[in-house]
Amino acid sequence: MAGLLAGCSKMVVLFPAGDVAAQQGRLVVIATLLMLLIVVPVIFLILLFAWRYRQDGKHAQTDYDPEWHHSTKLELVIWSAPLVIIIALGALTWISTHQLDPYRPLDRIAAGKPIPENTKPLEVQVVSLDWKWLFFYPEQGIATVNELAAPVDRPILFKLTSSHTMNAFYVPDLAGMIYTMPGMQTELNAVINKPGVYKGMSSHYSGAGFSGMTFKFHGLSNADFDKWVAKAKAEGQPLTRNAYRDLVKPSERNPVALFSTVEDGLYQRVLNLCVEDGQTCMHETMAKDAQRAQAQTAARKLAAASEDALCTAATRTDLQEF
Amino acid sequence: MAMTEHTTAPAHWLLGRITWDSIPMSHEPILLWTFIAVCLGGLFVLALLTKFRLWGPMWRDWLCSIDHKKIGIMYMVLGIVMLLRGFADAVMMRLQQSMAFGENMGYLPPHHYDQVFTAHGVIMIFFVAMPLVTGLMNYLVPLQIGARDVAFPFLNNFSFWMTTAGAVLVMVSLFLGEFSTSGWLALSNLGHQNPGVGLDYYIWSLQIAGVGTTLSGINLLVTIVKMRAPGMDMMKMPIFTWTALCTNALIVASFPVLTAALVLMSLDRYLGTNFFTNDLGGNPMLYVNLIWIWGHPEVYILVLPAFGVFSEVVATFSRKRLFGYTSMVYATVCITVLSYLVWLHHFFTMGSGASVNAFFGITTMIISIPTGAKIFNWLFTMYRGRIRFTVPMLWTVGFMVTFAIGGMTGVLLAVPPADFVLHNSLFLIAHFHNVIIGGVVFAMFAGINYWFPKAFGYKLDEFWGKVSFWCWLVGFWVAFTPLYVLGLMGVTRRANHFEDPSLQIWFVIAACGAGIVALGIGAFLVQLGVSYLKRDQLRDHTGDPWDGRTLEWATSSPPPQYNFAFTPVVHDVDAWWDMKKHGYKRPLSGFQAIHMPLNTGSGVVLSVLSLVWGFALIWHMWPLAIASFAAIVIGAIVHTFNYKRDYHIPAAEVVTTENARTQLLAQHG
Repeated sequence: MAGLLAGCSKMVVLFPAGDVAAQQGRLVVIATLLMLLIVVPVIFLILLFAWRYRQDGKHAQTDYDPEWHHSTKLELVIWSAPLVIIIALGALTWISTHQLDPYRPLDRIAAGKPIPENTKPLEVQVVSLDWKWLFFYPEQGIATVNELAAPVDRPILFKLTSSHTMNAFYVPDLAGMIYTMPGMQTELNAVINKPGVYKGMSSHYSGAGFSGMTFKFHGLSNADFDKWVAKAKAEGQPLTRNAYRDLVKPSERNPVALFSTVEDGLYQRVLNLCVEDGQTCMHETMAKDAQRAQAQTAARKLAAASEDALCTAATRTDLQEF
Repeated sequence: MAMTEHTTAPAHWLLGRITWDSIPMSHEPILLWTFIAVCLGGLFVLALLTKFRLWGPMWRDWLCSIDHKKIGIMYMVLGIVMLLRGFADAVMMRLQQSMAFGENMGYLPPHHYDQVFTAHGVIMIFFVAMPLVTGLMNYLVPLQIGARDVAFPFLNNFSFWMTTAGAVLVMVSLFLGEFSTSGWLALSNLGHQNPGVGLDYYIWSLQIAGVGTTLSGINLLVTIVKMRAPGMDMMKMPIFTWTALCTNALIVASFPVLTAALVLMSLDRYLGTNFFTNDLGGNPMLYVNLIWIWGHPEVYILVLPAFGVFSEVVATFSRKRLFGYTSMVYATVCITVLSYLVWLHHFFTMGSGASVNAFFGITTMIISIPTGAKIFNWLFTMYRGRIRFTVPMLWTVGFMVTFAIGGMTGVLLAVPPADFVLHNSLFLIAHFHNVIIGGVVFAMFAGINYWFPKAFGYKLDEFWGKVSFWCWLVGFWVAFTPLYVLGLMGVTRRANHFEDPSLQIWFVIAACGAGIVALGIGAFLVQLGVSYLKRDQLRDHTGDPWDGRTLEWATSSPPPQYNFAFTPVVHDVDAWWDMKKHGYKRPLSGFQAIHMPLNTGSGVVLSVLSLVWGFALIWHMWPLAIASFAAIVIGAIVHTFNYKRDYHIPAAEVVTTENARTQLLAQHG
């Protein structure tokens, strides 16, 4: 059955090509089986009772008991059976949610395949624009639009943000989705285990060009990945702040674009909403706010301490008088 | 920055933003034909009203009525009419998605498609499910608790008309301007960076309807708490009334959150504040949280009364007392409380930490325990029963099977790592249609078939009822099983075009399912028509056509205006069953004059003014907005000086009514 489903048109959620997505897909199956333990008998009983106690049937005459409406034993069963399932599922949820937390660095490449020592994950900075994807590769110094690539079996660390609108970054074969939001950064750790070309998309509706906001994700061998980087370096244009200003304008179904170099700190400027000259970066504003708040708290404490000393003395005299 | 876009054309001082271009019919043939059809239909209805001289009676006996039964019926009519609109949107989406592959971009441009799915969601939840649920509660709660009317009869009329004004505003957006493209919860609303009137139509239609919903929630809450018949303590209330109590508590506690979120959004849009924008510390995540803090209780607002309907139906048609009444009540209350602790499961993927996600995942799963207990309670109510497979019972069995599966996929989505791969996918769409159609819609059809004879004095035709049920059940599964499959293939929601042509077959199957559901809706309309024509054969003379258990079956069908000539005294759960069992004799004398509230047109007037006010705000027609707001305030004040609020039905009239019923019962008893 599973093979059949996989064969006719790919059930990517259940049979993905990346280890994180595979663990998530397996969880879908385990949780479903666990619940079927109770759902199948219930559906069977619904149909059985509906048939057995139909008005024209023999049981409706022989077994009919219009006042029977309580049984402590049965009540115990009907509350505790779902409870047991939920305790099991709850435990599974707690553990798997922590294990598969997108922020958590990977601890394996695939089942039974630990990460070789001194492996640094490939960092990709993702920006969702209206309506295309921009990927920065800080290690390689390149950037791309609507095309993503990574070497097979190397952990990838995505850092994600958005220019204006909320979107969600989703490559079903790679890992579950994560939202991209302006002025904020989310993270996603994942790995691709098989070479191939995979579908990527925005899975959070973001306006008119949303449906065309797709891209291809290439899982490549190390050598091919290097070639891909070299191609970007050779063929691409530099991505300056000016070029970004053009890119950020709303457009639909953009073709793939490659950038050979990236202006220093551009991703940080996008993340902190200060690409334009004269805009204050959010992290600076926040740092200043924090400083000011700290100074105010300190001043208030100081003032309170000196007032305290005065008040205490005064209060004591008052008390003595009474 | 984007602010500049819509300040290019200065608004006219009187007409605001409205121009010839605001009329989309000039360039959208679909809308033109819809408009022509609506006009012809409207003219036909107006002509009928004139021909049969019904203008006066309609105004006096219906529009101005503050009788909870008539208001309940009007809510149901509103829900059914809007169902047709919302379903038309669904069909348009299914058509678009079944053709837009590869080179073919389908027949709807993105801007139109985005309005269609937004309108579908808004209409189905706010103007179909809510009116149907509120209508049933309005009709039944006072009858079930042995009351003459709700606690605040005028408020009830006002609530209904405010809800209707909201619905009218949504319909106006079809022909004048545009509707929102931001999704049914306006999650991508973008504060003031989203020019155009669509989002303003969304805001004001929900705000105006929200006034109605909140007031009606307060009204029914007070009614249930204060107006139960003597002897009916809380643990003797019918289960439907219990679910209504919990639902209205949820409405009163959660709708203000929606109102506040929409107020903040309108401040962003009208006054340039930055609550939900990206600038100056604004945060769209705040909006997502606020809207779901309302949005999750909302789904329980809809489904709890549905559970109540099934509880009543299953007991009546199994001819057996409901199994585990007490645990049913506690399950309902548990769900009510828990529904506030789960909202975050709508955005596990927004990047919260693992502990937060796991907490909300587990609270969500916990809800399935009381819900599961309910399914078992219905199951054991059927056990050792004598089940009559009438139309309401068919809907109930169909619901139990469908809902068990929808509930299961819901718990699956509550596991955060599973949700990471299924969120925003068509699997999610299939899940919530599975519980909302399988739960709420099935319950509404069960309820309509069950209580129709009470409201109109004749049963609905069985044959067409069964056709409707089977079309809906089969159609539902044909339409949504492919969406479950597509979700597992990693296909996400709200796309108007797909690149992969191998997916097309599933969308075609889904479209066929929608077609079968359309037959189900058609069969229901035919059922109404056929039943009206056959009403003499289907007549219910006894007031108790199903051998019912609760108090609404103690009075005549349709009930007299005053519901009960004497307030019934309750000794047990299933009060009417208990009365029948102990040889209840209907009192035949000693009738007294009955104190009743008097009809008034104030509700209609205030709601029309609110409609004008909302319209003026949407189009930035400031003078009209100020004038209509002043008129609302003055109208409300004038209404408070209306001292002709009540009257007495003379004892003689009560005697006549009751004697007529005595004769009828004697003839048919």
